[in-house]
Amino acid sequence: MSLKIAVSQSDHVQGNLNAGLTIVEYGDYQCPYCGAAYPVLKKLMKEYGQQLKFVFRNFPLSEMHEYALAAAIAAEAAGLQNKFWQMHDAIYENQEQLNEQYLFTLAEKVGLDIQQFKADIRRAELTDRIEADFQGGIMSGVNGTPSFYVNAKKFEGGAEDLYQLLGE
Amino acid sequence: MLLENTVAPDFTLFATPDQKITLSEFKGKNVILAFYPADWSPVCSDQMALYNEVRQYFKQYDAELFGISVDSKWCHLAFSQSRSLHFPLLADFEPKGAVAQQFGVYDDQEGECKRALFVIDKEGIIQWSYLSPTAINPGADGILAALSNLKTK
Repeated sequence: MSLKIAVSQSDHVQGNLNAGLTIVEYGDYQCPYCGAAYPVLKKLMKEYGQQLKFVFRNFPLSEMHEYALAAAIAAEAAGLQNKFWQMHDAIYENQEQLNEQYLFTLAEKVGLDIQQFKADIRRAELTDRIEADFQGGIMSGVNGTPSFYVNAKKFEGGAEDLYQLLGE
Repeated sequence: MLLENTVAPDFTLFATPDQKITLSEFKGKNVILAFYPADWSPVCSDQMALYNEVRQYFKQYDAELFGISVDSKWCHLAFSQSRSLHFPLLADFEPKGAVAQQFGVYDDQEGECKRALFVIDKEGIIQWSYLSPTAINPGADGILAALSNLKTK
């Protein structure tokens, strides 16, 4: 399986933007497996961040996880204030407390302009973008969360396997 | 395993404790059959839970989705409620695995359905089938590509 939507300017990217190695994660903010992958990916970026480009795309399993979509919207809204990764990290670091109200607490914690944040989370572009991520994921063969792609090819393994791969 | 251009064998199976579903009643609609080994596999990568999220895309192709395993109707009911599934799970329970056998996707060593997908068109003809390694959730991309091909035929 390969990635059907190429990594582009509109993606949320961290690491070395000119690196030859690209890892894309399709993730759900409420998924416990994504929560478990988060510190491993953090460690991976700390050690190998100069060698790779890391992209996060939304794949909220909204039927299963009632706050997954709200969390995705909150992170995208933070992105409008150039704080996508701060919000992304704050949500995963506090995943057990996740609910709609708590997202406002996190928004304050990462230093967002709250009035702006409240207006932004109602914007249709954000849900459209999340929907587009989801649809692109489905077409690329995402079969659960987290799903990883290494240089546009589906990686049949978890974050620990990715970490090992990079160590080789 | 039955391949494309084969007439799908008709069957009647329990979809809920008091309701049965017959495949031929769905002529005029596209049908997706997803045979899978067992209810209660790990959550976030569960195939039925994924299809539950993708339902709206299947609907765009006028397609009805049915999951099928050898679990009983009561087991399906509990599983379905726990995962808030919005599509029927059919119980290939008595005689065990008979429908899976008709479609050529019964694993008689494990006593379970293999992980197999069928897309059946509005005339009841199989237009696409796929056998996945049992441990791997095949995702929804193959089904969507097959449904998209139907539309252009």
